[in-house]
Amino acid sequence: MKILVPVKRVLDYNVKARVKADGSGIDLANVKMSMNPFDEIALEEAIRIKEKGNAEEIIAVSIGVQQNQETLRTALAMGADRAILVVATDDVHNDIEPLTVANILASIALKEGPSLILCGKQAIDNDFNATAQMLSAKLKWSQATFASEIDVKEDILRVTREVDGGLQTIDAKMPAVVSVDLRLNEPRYASLPNIMKAKRKPLEEVNPADLGVEITQRLKVIKTKEPDSREAGLILENIDQLVEKIQENVGG
Amino acid sequence: MKILVLAEINNGELAEDQTSKTVSAAATLGKVDVLCASNQCSDASTNIAKMENVENVLVLENELFAQSLAESYSETLIDTLKSYSHVFAPSSSFGKNILPRIGGMLDVMVISDVSKVISEDTFERPVYAGNAIQTVQSIDKLKLISVRTSNYSAVPSTGSANIKKIDCKGNNSLTTFVENKMQTSDRPELTSAKVVVSGGRGVGSKENFEIIEGLADKLGAAVGASRAAVDSGFAPNDWQVGQTGKVVAPDLYVAVGISGAIQHLAGMKDSKVIVAINKDEEAPIFQVADFGLVDDLFKAVPEIEKKI
Ligand SMILES: Cc1cc2nc3c(=O)[nH]c(=O)nc-3n(C[C@H](O)[C@H](O)[C@H](O)COP(=O)(O)OP(=O)(O)OC[C@H]3O[C@@H](n4cnc5c(N)ncnc54)[C@H](O)[C@@H]3O)c2cc1C
Repeated sequence: MKILVPVKRVLDYNVKARVKADGSGIDLANVKMSMNPFDEIALEEAIRIKEKGNAEEIIAVSIGVQQNQETLRTALAMGADRAILVVATDDVHNDIEPLTVANILASIALKEGPSLILCGKQAIDNDFNATAQMLSAKLKWSQATFASEIDVKEDILRVTREVDGGLQTIDAKMPAVVSVDLRLNEPRYASLPNIMKAKRKPLEEVNPADLGVEITQRLKVIKTKEPDSREAGLILENIDQLVEKIQENVGG
Repeated sequence: MKILVLAEINNGELAEDQTSKTVSAAATLGKVDVLCASNQCSDASTNIAKMENVENVLVLENELFAQSLAESYSETLIDTLKSYSHVFAPSSSFGKNILPRIGGMLDVMVISDVSKVISEDTFERPVYAGNAIQTVQSIDKLKLISVRTSNYSAVPSTGSANIKKIDCKGNNSLTTFVENKMQTSDRPELTSAKVVVSGGRGVGSKENFEIIEGLADKLGAAVGASRAAVDSGFAPNDWQVGQTGKVVAPDLYVAVGISGAIQHLAGMKDSKVIVAINKDEEAPIFQVADFGLVDDLFKAVPEIEKKI
């Protein structure tokens, strides 16, 4: 089978987001950008499935600006076989909404015919947690979100999901869209030889129009502001003081 | 405007806190109907009918909804939705699983994790792990909204809504339920507890986590954990607090052996009072804590427990 893995280029998780002074968004000029950590986990899982002999090809897809090429090269170096770049905007500040992303991915899926699409459960920039679910609905495929374990059993996936009360296991018929959670695996680093090899792997570039998708924005961002900040408080001298503070604030 | 709230019901059991706080958020726009879809609805619907600002409780009882699997739930909902302008659900694993699927089916963009309902089409939501708050305006005809329930209080139980049975077709040939491994506990629920005691990597092991649990029990608190503590197997996944775990806002949050990474702060920095215990005085958690103690947790926590 083929596995499709969408990868988003986002502000690196170690970099603190700064709100632009004019309130128009987050400043993304000259900051470190990386692959969304959840997408790394999705890609790692795809590679492991392939290494076990359960998949033949992994296609990484990124949607956004031209520079997303770098993210795709990382994906290829980790182990994706080929990549598709959908150039949807020329401004890195223009975040493509999950609904549009789902439309683009659905169109690619219909063309490529993967049996499995592995997505990160959320992008750590817009924190929407929506693309996998929307995509699965568009394709009318089965949906398994927040996966912490995936077992491929012929045409069925057994997926353990991290839910609020604990863990839930479901069987999902393939083709399926799965969104992955933190505890699924620990992504590998690309080795230097693989980084070199990745430069020769195919990277195709397409436009949303080629895929018959229009870029729309249903949520207009009116304003972006800093959250209320908290001031650092008191460092206490000893345990007795802390006990007092705890007792004061436990309430009745 | 016509507003529907999806009650979260797990195998017949109402998630009362999440549902009530979602009703509270939705009711800023007006009276609401609540959909109660599960395998057993009688207890849940009776409780929901008492929630203030609820006009009608729509009861849909069917084995198919026991586990709220996304496919069956959303397909059913499509039928019920037609007359509504707004659909709210808690931003829990239930709501996050289902609402975007409905969005995909109807070509509507979901508005996730809303922290404030400003008007019928304008909402605030945190982005970038809570490092920024965005005001967004939706141009979709139907608004699909998941609510960050820690920002709202539960509604009082003074209402008396009508309970109406409804009928819908639904089926699910795509996914089947296998099993649940749910944590059971006598402690308060993490997302609604007044006091939360959380442990991080500094706690060191699953056995040592009993120190955290001991203090929590003394305080009648829920237990939380950092991602590092969950990843290391010290604590179960449903204890994780943070950007990608649970969001809590208790009266008192005690962080023990937690450094205070932005992803962790995202889940607890709206707590009323934050107390941090960490042996490293440079730990970033002290920048948000109201009260800090620089000490070894293995010495401090048992002593605190004894003195309370
Ligand atoms: C995509 C993504 C999502 C994430 N989501 C979350 C999330 O939802 N929640 C979350 O928590 N994290 C999340 N993280 C992880 C986050 O970045 C941090 O790695 C994590 O929060 C660190 O956990 P910690 O503070 O327990 O561990 P550490 O950062 O290792 O801190 C341990 C602390 O314990 C202290 N300590 C050690 N021994 C003692 C002792 N004996 N006495 C007192 N203090 C001691 C140390 O001084 C240190 O400050 C996420 C990361 C990514 C990339």
